[in-house]
Amino acid sequence: MTDKFEPTIIGFTCNWCSYRAADLAGTARMKYAPNVRLIRMMCSGRLDPTFVLRALSNGADGVMITGCHPGECHYVEQNYKALRRYLLLKRVLKGMGIEPERVKLVWASAAEGARFASETTLFVEEVRKLGPLNWGKDHGPLTMDDGLSHGDTSQSSIVDGQKEEVPA
Amino acid sequence: MSDEKKQERVGVYVCHCGSNIAGTVDVVDVAKWAEENLKGKGVVISREYKFMCSSLGQELIEKDIRELGLTRVVVAACSPHLHEKTFRTAAANAGLNPYLCELASIREQVSWVHTDKAVATEKSKAVVAGAVSRVVENVPLDEIKVPINPNTLIVGGGIAGIQAALEIANAGFHVYLVEREPSIGGHMAQFDKTFPTLDCSACILTPRMVEAGTHPNITMLTWSEVVNVSGYVGSFSVTIKKKARCVKEDLCTGCAICIEKCPKKVVDDVFEAGLGYRKAIYTPFAQAVPKYPVLDKENCTYFIKGTCKACEKFCPTEAIDFNQQDEMINVDVGNIILATGFELFDARRITNYGYGRLPNVFTSLEFERLSNAAGPTNGNIVLRDGKTTPKSVAILHCVGSRDKNYNNYCSVICCMQSLKFAHLVEERTGATVYNFYIDMRTAFKGYDEFYQRVLDEGTLFVRGKVAEITDAAYNSDEKGRLIIQVEDTLAGKQRRIPVDMAILSSGLEPQHDSKEVGKMFGISCSTDGWFTEKHPKLDPVATMTDGIYIAGCAQGPKDIPSSVAQGAAAAARILDKILQKEVTLEPVKASVDLEKCSGCRICNGLCPYNAISFLADRNVSEINLALCQGCGTCVAACPAGAISGTGFSDEQILAQIDGLLLRNLESVGD
Repeated sequence: MTDKFEPTIIGFTCNWCSYRAADLAGTARMKYAPNVRLIRMMCSGRLDPTFVLRALSNGADGVMITGCHPGECHYVEQNYKALRRYLLLKRVLKGMGIEPERVKLVWASAAEGARFASETTLFVEEVRKLGPLNWGKDHGPLTMDDGLSHGDTSQSSIVDGQKEEVPA
Repeated sequence: MSDEKKQERVGVYVCHCGSNIAGTVDVVDVAKWAEENLKGKGVVISREYKFMCSSLGQELIEKDIRELGLTRVVVAACSPHLHEKTFRTAAANAGLNPYLCELASIREQVSWVHTDKAVATEKSKAVVAGAVSRVVENVPLDEIKVPINPNTLIVGGGIAGIQAALEIANAGFHVYLVEREPSIGGHMAQFDKTFPTLDCSACILTPRMVEAGTHPNITMLTWSEVVNVSGYVGSFSVTIKKKARCVKEDLCTGCAICIEKCPKKVVDDVFEAGLGYRKAIYTPFAQAVPKYPVLDKENCTYFIKGTCKACEKFCPTEAIDFNQQDEMINVDVGNIILATGFELFDARRITNYGYGRLPNVFTSLEFERLSNAAGPTNGNIVLRDGKTTPKSVAILHCVGSRDKNYNNYCSVICCMQSLKFAHLVEERTGATVYNFYIDMRTAFKGYDEFYQRVLDEGTLFVRGKVAEITDAAYNSDEKGRLIIQVEDTLAGKQRRIPVDMAILSSGLEPQHDSKEVGKMFGISCSTDGWFTEKHPKLDPVATMTDGIYIAGCAQGPKDIPSSVAQGAAAAARILDKILQKEVTLEPVKASVDLEKCSGCRICNGLCPYNAISFLADRNVSEINLALCQGCGTCVAACPAGAISGTGFSDEQILAQIDGLLLRNLESVGD
């Protein structure tokens, strides 16, 4: 276990479909990899790509974006906007030298607890293969000066401290 | 986080949920960790308790808010979809703004889906840290209250829509009942008998139709369709297209002389399922409500050739108006019920059953008309030639249902409908009846008793899905007949059963335009095309869109009692809203900081609710709070960062990301 790299993954979920799929996976006691920590938003359309970059810069090894299936968006069609941003974001990540496979978009309806669970486990394995996202000790090349509020520096140091334990 | 925000006093409450959480997560450790390690975030107290949602658990939180002066609360327990309201109410009881309380789900998202206690405990700490970081960024919000227009729109005049309309109208509130066909009644009006009691469909339905048609609180708009919907719960604005009937409703007495005198006969593909005729000016059936006929312009001799006008000539009240135009009607309503029903699976798609090619293969709807005393054969069950009584009849279940090539779902009514057909054929013709079924599904009151009755009557049951219906005879007995090729799965052999008539119990499918209709009303459909309910068990008639309800087969295949129950349930939900006079909306909304807005208009096209408008004189965009549904797409898109979303602000989400990443899993398992 100590030799095995355990990736940390942030999962963005929409309130209506994928978060409910995660609820359903729980209610049905389906098991999936514990590496994903979820954030609930109202819609995948709420996903500002900055959120993904922030997660990757602050210690996440991968980001999973989930939303309603195309055509089933609670807000009519906002998941398509998430899809567009996702595709653009992957190109940006490549330009930054980050493997685009660290970010994945998964559609899961409220009824698809099993899909949510299996896709999560699958993504964890994919990121595990990629290995840790190494930014270096001085916290990477990204400057996140985007006008949004920043976390305090103390938490970054904890992240860095733990990162050092990861076998590269 | 600014210095000012660091002064928040946060209370963390970790729930055991009996052993549901505590069995997999070391809740004591989580609570202790939060108190020791999240002090910097403002945590002043962290407790664990057996059942936080119990009244004692809630009192614990309320007491701390009062005595310790908490300004933020995090409850680490179940999914927010279950108890967010409970704890927010508790916070409000203690004088804290309810939106300053956050739920961290460590049950559905942790203890129930993971097995390793150490890992689950670490993840719980991360989830709690995320919620604490986020809650500090929460701002107090006020619920938005909007008034409810007491009028209701019901789309679809089948039995579910009629029931809903009567319930609301009888309670004293106005209903607009819109139906796209010339008469209300829906599919039920086409049936002869209803299972399992075999009472005559028209006898129980037409009194309801008349009641709806004459009710002072019901405005009936038949031969009409909704073309536009805008607004939100409490105040929808709806545009209805009333198609030209070419009959002046205020003058028409329903005497039907025009129908009698019309020289043009047309095959009735809709009501008579293609088995009978109607005139070019017609009412679909004798008991139609309203009684006013509709003139079918495509088939009317006057519209084709320019002469005839027989109807106009003979009309005693001069009610015929060939120049009548489609009319657009605008109505304002507070709530909407969609009871738009189903369509029958097109049996032609299963070519090996030969429907459309082999004349004596009938669909279930054709058989309903054939067996109906008011139908084209006056209730005589005969072959396609119109005179021969069949000596043997095959009834095929699950046509287009429970079949991965067509629809995976069970159409619910086909087993009972097929049993009803078997009974009617047996009773009226004495023919030998074969039922070909996959599984018999006769749940609900009185249904299985009916199955036993049909068994006792001598109907034969063959368990197996029919492979083919063919007219290719192997021997003289099969010659000129339909041969049912089937694997009898109980006998374990292939059988060829010659019959005179085959009835396909076609499954139910969503209306062909259900997706567009769903989109127009802002509700979603399942992948099959049925409207999606808010909760499959606990909220089956509400939808994710406030103020829009669904009833009957539009939500999924169901029988008449269930459709009626849903119609009444949707009505009850709406009456509850109307009587409250106003509705509370979640204050999750987006708003534009006009100082920061550059007027780029990127957000304008993103909003599916047209809530964003551009103020040309000031060169900024503005969001209409009443129309905004809070999806946040514009918030994410604004390049100037001028749009912020309450409840899910950038600050909240970024803080949560940072909080979730406070601890990584690497430290686990050492």
